[in-house]
Formats: sequence, structure tokens, C-alpha cells
Amino acid sequence: MSVTPRLEGQSVTVMRSRRNIVDDASIALTPGELTILAGPNGAGKTTLARALAGLIDCKGAVMFDGKPLAAMSLRERARALAYLPQGHEFHWPMRVDAIVALGREPHSDPFSRRTDADRAAVTRAMAAASVEPFADRLITTLSGGERARVAIARALATESSVLIADEPTAALDERHRLIVMELLQTIARQGAAVIAIIHDLTLAMRYADKVVLMNEGKVAATGPPQQALTPERIASVFGISVNRIETPDGSLLIPSRAL
Amino acid sequence: MTASAPSRLLTLMLAALVVALMAASLMTGPAQFPFGSVWKALVSDQGVETIIVRDIRLPRTLLAMSIGATFGLAGASLQGLLRNPLAEPSLFGAPQAAAAAASAIMAFGFANALSIAVPLGGIAGALLSVGALVAIAGRRASLTVTLLAGLALASLAGAAIALILNLAPNPFIALEIAFWLLGSLQDRSMAHVWLAAPFMIASWLILALNAGAFRALALGEDAAASLGVNVERTRILVVIGVALGVGAAVSVAGAISFVGLVAPHLVRRFYGSDPARTMLPAALAGAALLIAADIAVRLVPVAVEIKIGVVTALIGVPFFLAMIFRERRVLEDSTT
Repeated sequence: MSVTPRLEGQSVTVMRSRRNIVDDASIALTPGELTILAGPNGAGKTTLARALAGLIDCKGAVMFDGKPLAAMSLRERARALAYLPQGHEFHWPMRVDAIVALGREPHSDPFSRRTDADRAAVTRAMAAASVEPFADRLITTLSGGERARVAIARALATESSVLIADEPTAALDERHRLIVMELLQTIARQGAAVIAIIHDLTLAMRYADKVVLMNEGKVAATGPPQQALTPERIASVFGISVNRIETPDGSLLIPSRAL
Repeated sequence: MTASAPSRLLTLMLAALVVALMAASLMTGPAQFPFGSVWKALVSDQGVETIIVRDIRLPRTLLAMSIGATFGLAGASLQGLLRNPLAEPSLFGAPQAAAAAASAIMAFGFANALSIAVPLGGIAGALLSVGALVAIAGRRASLTVTLLAGLALASLAGAAIALILNLAPNPFIALEIAFWLLGSLQDRSMAHVWLAAPFMIASWLILALNAGAFRALALGEDAAASLGVNVERTRILVVIGVALGVGAAVSVAGAISFVGLVAPHLVRRFYGSDPARTMLPAALAGAALLIAADIAVRLVPVAVEIKIGVVTALIGVPFFLAMIFRERRVLEDSTT
């Protein structure tokens, strides 16, 4: 590889209850690339994502631009990495623009005064995620798909060079899943290193620049989707058989039955 | 977000209301004084009037203001920390512990309800309870463990109060404790103010410094952590800050319920539900509510003084119900 990774997990191991939830997993996120982290339930995807985001302690090392993440201050880390947790939680009926502005917290002074740069970043993030039409609405009045876009806009507002998204398409309808995947791809094309946990292998095949396939805490395969998601490997990791169909839009993976 | 103009105006109006109520509180009592003579009695020696205003009414007015603000701020902070509109200052057991320690001193320490030993003991009780809470919850201080530990300590303090009433050496002391527990600001002196003020001011500072964290926590703990918030440290600081302020408040005034729960709700929607921006208005609303209640206590013409803790609930509950009724839709959505 000629491009240096922006964020790199080296032999990441996370132990809980005397079991390695993530076991010696190595992963490299490159600027401009959308990496999709796939694997069955319980494979350790979320734990690996949280370790990469610096939210939990792990053995091994996580390096940001060649420096250990653990050596960075909380605020430095918060400016460097945006993390989008599962489920898009919003606990108060706040306005959409106020929620997107939360993405600027890592840049703000103790009194959370917003600068022109903050306001510009919020505007850009809302435009990128197409949430300006509901800027002045309460989050509680939005649909699930709209909330997912607001959550992404919040993460974008930080303008960090890494975005880690945990199941950003969960519970979304088909159209919104495509919208979110295209949005993640666009963010990567604009220079960020993006990693998303995605369960839908068809979406992974279609949008990923690189797939990291996890199984039982270990990385089972890393590579371009065509190489990582072979029917044989899918059968051994997910326990399903799939049909791969070539279409003008690329390969489609159609699950046929559980093995 | 910087505060928008209408909400800044509302904050100023709340502050003006607090000042006006404080003036009314100094004017109100068995002897009604016009504003002009209150002012004169406050700044110069006017004999009896000065004694009444400075020594009787000023301490209770200052206590009502600072205790109401403490409860409002503590409630807003805990609701922000826990992302739950039901959170209130007694959640982690500090006020109960303060009340239990103060009751013990009244029952067995040969000190009457107005002695300075009572608040001193109460503050010690609150600090002890928060120490125990932090020790039980451990360094990680997960939310569930902290809440359960707080619940256990609150129940223990409640049981201790029951035991003290049970074992009280004579029925008069039991009655004195029971009345003290209802909450009152009557006959408090400036000594009470000086005793409680440092703890309450420390509590305000600790809680105010965590405002940004409450805002980020609106997105959940993981998202807040990714935005640079040290969630565990925030949790411990808030538990300590609330215990200091509310413990001191309960120690000098007895148990005053409801202000901490209701004050943040009264103002929240005017500030876009932003947990950080709600804090100052909630403190002002709490102060206004408690001063108003303390004035009401003095206006009701009955032989036995109505306790302020009773009045806060009586005034607060109708407000609260009206607010719930009006906001039903938003509240229903916000917990999903």
C-alpha cells in the first residue's frame, strides 16, 4: 500500500469476561476510502469500532496518523474522529440545527460560544446530509430516515478526518439505506477515512471500497468487496449460501438459505 | 448555540422576578413595610425595623433564594446527566442522608431544631453519603450501579429517620423532628446563611462547569464520549456537586420537595430543551418558586405556620400538571 493509513488498529484485542470479544484484529482506514465492517451478530464489530474510536481500552494499539490514539487528549481525539453510535439516540426534543451544532462541541470553548467557523461547518454538514429543510423542526417530529440523516450531519459537523459509523442504515427503508450509503461514499470521496458497520451484504458489495469481514472476534478477510465477499467465505462466516448475480450496477449478493 | 434574543429576554425577566420577589419577601410579615422603609432599614439603622428586616427577614429571603436556586440547578443537572425528565435531587440519597443526620442530632445531640449543630451534622451526613456512593459505584461508576447504590443509600437514610423517630427520647422531640422534616425557613439566622452558602456556591460552580457535558449527553453516553466528554468523571462530579448543594440546603431548611423536579420543566421548552441552556433559568425559576412559597407561608392567616415544603408541593403541583397537560405530545415523544 502506498497511501498511509489515517487510522490503524494493530492487533487490537478486547477481553470481556475472560473471553476475547475482539481477538488480534488489525485494520487500516485510508483517506478517501469507505471501509465496510461486516460479520454475523456477535462477531465483535461494534467492540472493534468502539476501540478504534478510543471509547474502550484495548490491547494492541490504535494509531491516528502514526501517533497512538491513547496519547491524545479527549478533545484532540474528539476533533480527529467522529463516532456515530448505533440507534441514533436523541434524548431531548431539541431543534435539528441545535443537534447538528453538537458536532462542534470538540471545537468550542468552555462556554460553548459558536464562532463563524462553527456556523459555517453546521451549514455545510446540514447541506451534505440534506437536512436543511427541517433545520428548525424538533427532532421528535422527524421520521427514522430523517433522524438518521440528522445523526450523520451531527457527525459531519465536527469536520474530522475519520468517521466511524455503527450500523447507520439499521431500521431504515430501502430508499434511505441507499441515501445513507451514498452519503457515506461522498464523505469518503471528499477525503475522509470512513468505516461503517453494515449488515446488508448487497450494500457492502455495492458501496465498499474495502470490506473487513469479522467472525468470532477475528478478522476473517480484508480486501475489495469482490475478493472479500466470495460465496465460499460467506458460507463459512455467515452460515448461509448466496447467489451472486452480475448486473449493470455491479454484483448483487442474494442470500438463498441458511446452512 | 448562542442564546437567541427571546430566550435571553426571558432569562432577564426571570432574574428581575427573583429580585422583585426578594424585595416583596423583605416587606412581608406580621408588620408590613413599604419598599422605601425596607430599603432604609437595610442600609441604615432604623431601630426595630432594621432588626426585623436584617435579622429576621433577610436571612430567610437569602436562604429561600439560594436554596431554590440550588434545587433548580441540581434538578436541571441531574436531568441533563441522566437524560431523564424524572430525575430529581433526592435521587442519589444526599438530601435523605442530610435529613437523617440532622434528625439524629436533634434527637440525641441535645440540640434544638434551630441550633447550628443541626445543619453542620446534615452537611456531614450528605458528604458521608456521597463518599459511600462513590466508593460503592467504583471508578467506572456505571449509571445503573450508581442509581442503585443511590437508591439503597436513600432507603437506608429513610429507615434511619424512622428509627430515630421511633427511638426519640420523648414525643416532643419526635414532633420537633417531624415538623423540621416538612421544611421551613422561619427563624433562620445569618449564621445559617454563612454555613450553607459555601457549599451551595461550590455546588453551583461544579454543576455549571459540566453544562457542556450535559449538552453532549443529549446524544447518549457513547456519542458524548466521542465528542470529548469524560462521561465517568462528569457523573462523579455531578453526584458530588448535587450532594454538596442539596445536602447543605436540606441541612438548614429541612426537606423541601418538588422544586428540583419542577423548576427545569417550567423553563425547558423556552430554551429549546438544550440541557446546558436550561440550567441558569432553572436556578432562577427554583429561586422564584421558593421565595414565593416562603412569602405565601407568611400570608396565610393560620395559628400554626404552614411548612414551606408543603407549600412548594401545593404551588408546584398545579403548575406542573398544567405544564404536563400542555406539553403532552412532546413529552410522549421524548422518551421513545
